Amino acid sequence: MTKVTMTVNGRQVSGEVEDRTLLVHFIRDKLGLTGTHVGCDTSQCGACVVHMDGRSIKSCSTLAVQAAGSEILTIEGLAKDGELHPVQAAFKANHGLQCGFCTPGMVMTAVDMINRYGGRLDEKTVRENLEGNICRCTGYHNIVKAILAAAAEMGAGRQAAE
Amino acid sequence: MGAEGIGARVARKEDKRFLTGKGRYTDDMVVPGMKYAVFVRSPHAHAKIRSIDASEAEKMPGVIAVLNGQQLLADGIGNLICGWMIHSKDGSPMKMGAWRPLAHETVRYVGDAVAVVIADSVGEARDAADQVVVDYEELPAVTDAVTALQPGQPQLHPEAAGNLIYDWALGTSEADTDAAIAAAAHVTEMKIVNNRLSPNPMEPRAALGIYDSAEDHYTCYTTSQNPHVARLVMSAFYNVAPENKLRVIAPDVGGGFGSKIYIYPEEIVCLWASRRTGVPVKWTSDRTEAFLTDAHGRDHVSTVKMAFDSDNRITALKVDTIANFGAYMSLFSAAVPTYLYATLLSGQYAIPAIHANVRAVYTNTAPVDAYRGAGRPEATYLLERTIETAARELGVSPAELRRKNFIRSFPYQTPVIMNYDAGDYEASLEAAMKQADWAGFATRKAEAEKRGKKRGIGMSCYIEACGIAPSAAVGSLGAGVGLWESAEVRVNAVGTIEVLTGSHSHGQGHETTFAQLVADRFGVPIDNVSIVHGDTDKVQMGMGTYGSRSGAVGMSAIVKALDKVEAKAKKIAAHLMEADESDVVIENGELKVAGTDRSVPWFQVALSAYTAHNLPAGMEPGLKEGAFYDPSNFTFPAGCYICEVEIDPETGKTEIVQFVAADDFGNIINPMIVEGQVHGGIAQGIGQALLEGVHYDPQSGQLLTASYMDYAMPRADDLPSFQVSHQNTPCPNNPLGIKGCGEAGAIGSPPALMNAITDAIGNNDLTMPATPQKVWAAVHATH
Repeated sequence: MTKVTMTVNGRQVSGEVEDRTLLVHFIRDKLGLTGTHVGCDTSQCGACVVHMDGRSIKSCSTLAVQAAGSEILTIEGLAKDGELHPVQAAFKANHGLQCGFCTPGMVMTAVDMINRYGGRLDEKTVRENLEGNICRCTGYHNIVKAILAAAAEMGAGRQAAE
Repeated sequence: MGAEGIGARVARKEDKRFLTGKGRYTDDMVVPGMKYAVFVRSPHAHAKIRSIDASEAEKMPGVIAVLNGQQLLADGIGNLICGWMIHSKDGSPMKMGAWRPLAHETVRYVGDAVAVVIADSVGEARDAADQVVVDYEELPAVTDAVTALQPGQPQLHPEAAGNLIYDWALGTSEADTDAAIAAAAHVTEMKIVNNRLSPNPMEPRAALGIYDSAEDHYTCYTTSQNPHVARLVMSAFYNVAPENKLRVIAPDVGGGFGSKIYIYPEEIVCLWASRRTGVPVKWTSDRTEAFLTDAHGRDHVSTVKMAFDSDNRITALKVDTIANFGAYMSLFSAAVPTYLYATLLSGQYAIPAIHANVRAVYTNTAPVDAYRGAGRPEATYLLERTIETAARELGVSPAELRRKNFIRSFPYQTPVIMNYDAGDYEASLEAAMKQADWAGFATRKAEAEKRGKKRGIGMSCYIEACGIAPSAAVGSLGAGVGLWESAEVRVNAVGTIEVLTGSHSHGQGHETTFAQLVADRFGVPIDNVSIVHGDTDKVQMGMGTYGSRSGAVGMSAIVKALDKVEAKAKKIAAHLMEADESDVVIENGELKVAGTDRSVPWFQVALSAYTAHNLPAGMEPGLKEGAFYDPSNFTFPAGCYICEVEIDPETGKTEIVQFVAADDFGNIINPMIVEGQVHGGIAQGIGQALLEGVHYDPQSGQLLTASYMDYAMPRADDLPSFQVSHQNTPCPNNPLGIKGCGEAGAIGSPPALMNAITDAIGNNDLTMPATPQKVWAAVHATH
């Protein structure tokens, strides 16, 4: 067992983990943050996506010990002061979710995508960047719409701030 | 309609919890003392179990127990069953072999469970499961249903000689159908293969069994589309516990698509193991287990003859289908290639003679059962590929051939049981062709040719039967249960409302749609309406969600209960206002005397019902009503899908450049949610046609597509955005005029896509999934 310490959603946390413990299991089982999901065993589906030091990663293929010392953001930490993050709000407004199981990973991927591309997102780019996230309910139609809507709103927000 | 009423695009109430990580799925449940189950599964497709030695496993760290099928048998746990009886055409009942929750004598497919390890952690349970030594005597296996019917093949169950479960027929007599075909001016003949699929809801199955020895009571959290049916079957057939001692909870469930209708070995074993060990036991499937053990869908091989007279009218249809059932008969399996398939073989067409013959066959593969559409995609694919082929052979336009044969007056009795109540197939066809700019296709094709691309267009006109189903009718056809739905409407003393429903939402948005129904009726905000579902302790009884039945059947039950609540509320209001109850109307959250300014607010009527200080003479206090709704007929959603593709002849890669869906779902409560259902269904249909396929090695019976590395799930960049529209002929047989929308996309899309690809490449000899390799080969076979 190894003691790991990291910051999760702004709070410093520690725990004893086996060397083989995956970050997703540390988050779900040790921290009780069950919004991050496991949908496959092969790093394909993206239900487990969280941010590590500001970049999206698959927490099912990251060991908990690899995340020691890092800043982790999970879906539970995205909304601030009870207000949905613009990506969360756009998923709701555009019906970008149905069963909700892939949703946390989709939203975390989308936030990172918008951060990386800024205002340069178009439908083709969004679809290509969703390669690592599988949804079985929506046919992606409304997810793509939601991400483009959120990107537009966040871009407008940034412009207004500048 | 009001901002939140029927027809409004209301954003979903349930979204906030899913978007903020507060959804509560079965694997999220943690209870004190909980331990973890890992199953020991057969690595062989067919084998005798000589012995199971768990002595080393039991010594491993953290292990509580290793349990096997002999112990399960000794404790009196019953066989898994198929709940629908089909009789062969010779009158004999279907031949159901025994399915043990833990196999103790014979394993019949790779993944068949033989033992379970209960340990402190999943990791420790996995480590110990690796140490369980099962001595197998391997037997030859067969995975393909056509082969399994041949003489000399491995036999799966002693009950089913030749692996034949039933040999069933429906419709016009074979002789009359043959005579019509013999007399035809043209006959189109095809072999149609409907590929085997894995449903793949993103949430893997899971179960948490909790035995309370003090109360001798069991609780089961499970990923179910129908928790009440799970409780019923586990009580009545598996002998887990009597119904009053068994609570089944299906909390948030991450998609189902049919695969979570059935009761599987794992939830039974978790409940039983909890009693044996005295600790709560949780099992969560990993994705490979899901591929191995979730019920698969489709897997039909058919031959079809479609006969035409000299005026191109269809005179007869003859279909012979072999359906692969896998190693065991899953809960609804028997109904899928019979009453959910052959009954839809008339499609949208007036066909005077239809004869269907279906043989159901055991093979050494995972059980096969209903998957989104269940039988109707198979019927539609067969019909729509065949009529498209006929149009090519006859040299007429595919739209004109369909038009000529459309059913145009309703009700319409088909030769295969169904009585269509309403529809306007021409309207959907026209809307789709207009939306797709069918007339401009030739120009687009010519332009694509200049770029070296082969462009094709294809259509499909589907019909399906939803809203399952009239209980007496399905009972006469072999169903073991009635297919009504229940609802209870509880108005609280302050006027807020709880609706308890036997439907189960696992993505369909019931918490919003059902609340809209109540808001529409009583003028209360949807935030004041809570939908309660998925818990057998809260909702008395229900039949669950599948077959696009929650709108047509589940909401109809709510309407019946709302009618009763409204009647009582009006009586109370009339009494309070000293008016005649027939003059009371409900508007904007108030009960008013029509044509006057007298009114009482909704909450005051509710409060009066519970204070009971001033009720009409003889009236019981309270405002709570329940109802059971049993449909009088199936509903018949229908529509037209058009797909346009471009194929790169160098790579065989298909690009979908346009996908148009024109659906008639009857009346719609929330168009945003309905469109979402269509999008998802189309994606699954495109997945079937272009990408997905379950493959077993025919010699070893090993599953070759057991992960997302091998099974091609549709990704965002495989799909286009969809153009979706609705036409509406309201269903005349339920109070809301709803037909259902959950499966249409998966039913209508595969033939539209395959018709488009075969149109593009000029070669009709192509099976699903149309992978680049197959398409490339088909392109080059024509040159």
